[in-house]
Amino acid sequence: MTKKIILPLSGKEELRAGDAVLLSGTIYTARDYAHKRIFGLLDRGEPLPFELKGAFLYYAGPCPAPAGKACGSCGPTTSARMNVFAPRLLDLGLGGMIGKGEMSEATAEAIRRNHAVYFAAIGGAGATYGNAVRKAECIAFPDLFSEAVYRMEVEDFPLVVAIDSFGGNIYRRSDGRSV
Amino acid sequence: MRTVDTQQIADCVYRLARRAGLTLTESCRRALKEAESAEEGAAKFALNAVLNNEQTAQREHMPVCQDTGMAVVVIELGQEVALTGIPLRDAVDDGVRRAYADGNFRKSICDPLIRRNTGDNTPAHLHTEIVAGDRVSISFLPKGFGSENMSRLVMLTPAEGREGILDTIVETVKIAGSRPCPPVYVGVGIGGCFDSCAYLAKKALLREVGSRNPREDVASIEREALGRINALGIGAQGFGGKITALGVSCEIAPTHIAGLPVAVNIQCHCVRCEKETL
Repeated sequence: MTKKIILPLSGKEELRAGDAVLLSGTIYTARDYAHKRIFGLLDRGEPLPFELKGAFLYYAGPCPAPAGKACGSCGPTTSARMNVFAPRLLDLGLGGMIGKGEMSEATAEAIRRNHAVYFAAIGGAGATYGNAVRKAECIAFPDLFSEAVYRMEVEDFPLVVAIDSFGGNIYRRSDGRSV
Repeated sequence: MRTVDTQQIADCVYRLARRAGLTLTESCRRALKEAESAEEGAAKFALNAVLNNEQTAQREHMPVCQDTGMAVVVIELGQEVALTGIPLRDAVDDGVRRAYADGNFRKSICDPLIRRNTGDNTPAHLHTEIVAGDRVSISFLPKGFGSENMSRLVMLTPAEGREGILDTIVETVKIAGSRPCPPVYVGVGIGGCFDSCAYLAKKALLREVGSRNPREDVASIEREALGRINALGIGAQGFGGKITALGVSCEIAPTHIAGLPVAVNIQCHCVRCEKETL
């Protein structure tokens, strides 16, 4: 059964690794270089371009929007590259992340510690995700082109809960070994 | 001599790029369908999403994947062809520039140090080979980097031989795990030297998924590697499953008596590759 999830989370969703969900609400794109810029702002004590508490980051860099569309093709990028950034952001109140592929044990621990969640989007399904974006607005770092931060309103993003806050991890088998 | 104006090559690169951005190769689509029917659970869900996504891409005129890649262009130029017009490199970049702008493709090429984007996805990664005849064959492979990042080149010793080659291929896919968008397509270069070995691996990806090297001893490495990779259990998107690779293609070239270079170029399940001969 696919659960419908609406952001911001209420805390009563009971998301477990392996659950298929359709996610709607506001998310923010940020990938490699946007994270570097965000960390620069944090280190200098400057305000971030969006409220981090409860926010969801989408590790993605969209294609340009075709005429008449809110967004171009927009699937997930490889989350593992963001392991160096995720724990600190989670400790500052980030609600969770959307990306593709496994994340480190340190990130999984930060997810548990902060009752956050990591959703896996289906890599390579960029047209599907782009088509589910209702509104997209660049809110920071426009010089980074597709790597800029976009605030997106999305409707029914097909996702799988990959790492939950109860110790569940879809990328680990029951014997603890990585698949 | 036959003369070919490089404007024709620019227009051909444009056509190939536009098509490749929106289309999986026939052999890739077939392999994905077979994988989808073999799997269950989250892996089946992922493969189903990928197959439906291609239809959405074509209906909505959006790239199948937002990573429209580094533009890898391989040109086999017949030595009886005289090129006229703008320089070949400029023609190829012109085709890429126009295709990525008109197709609403992502521009993903940047300076490696300061990370400034070139803004138009150029330069293309261009290989030219001079071959017999009076034809110009162009292959266009938009190469995504989630998978490119997981590629490796290892200089084995001759003593490591066939087993060493197999271990290198399987280990590369295992290390990559869920990160490169499995089920992957694995291109392998065996032999040559440091740089030509990597190029062999890339050229292996231009072959159809499921095709076999005409040399039986090489084809047997392809078959055995595929079996061992699928036994890893990584599955589509790393969700666990029977199909971790759609195919393994090996290309081989003579090497030095002291060495055995092996390059493994990982391609995600979005195999996009278009070809045309002028």
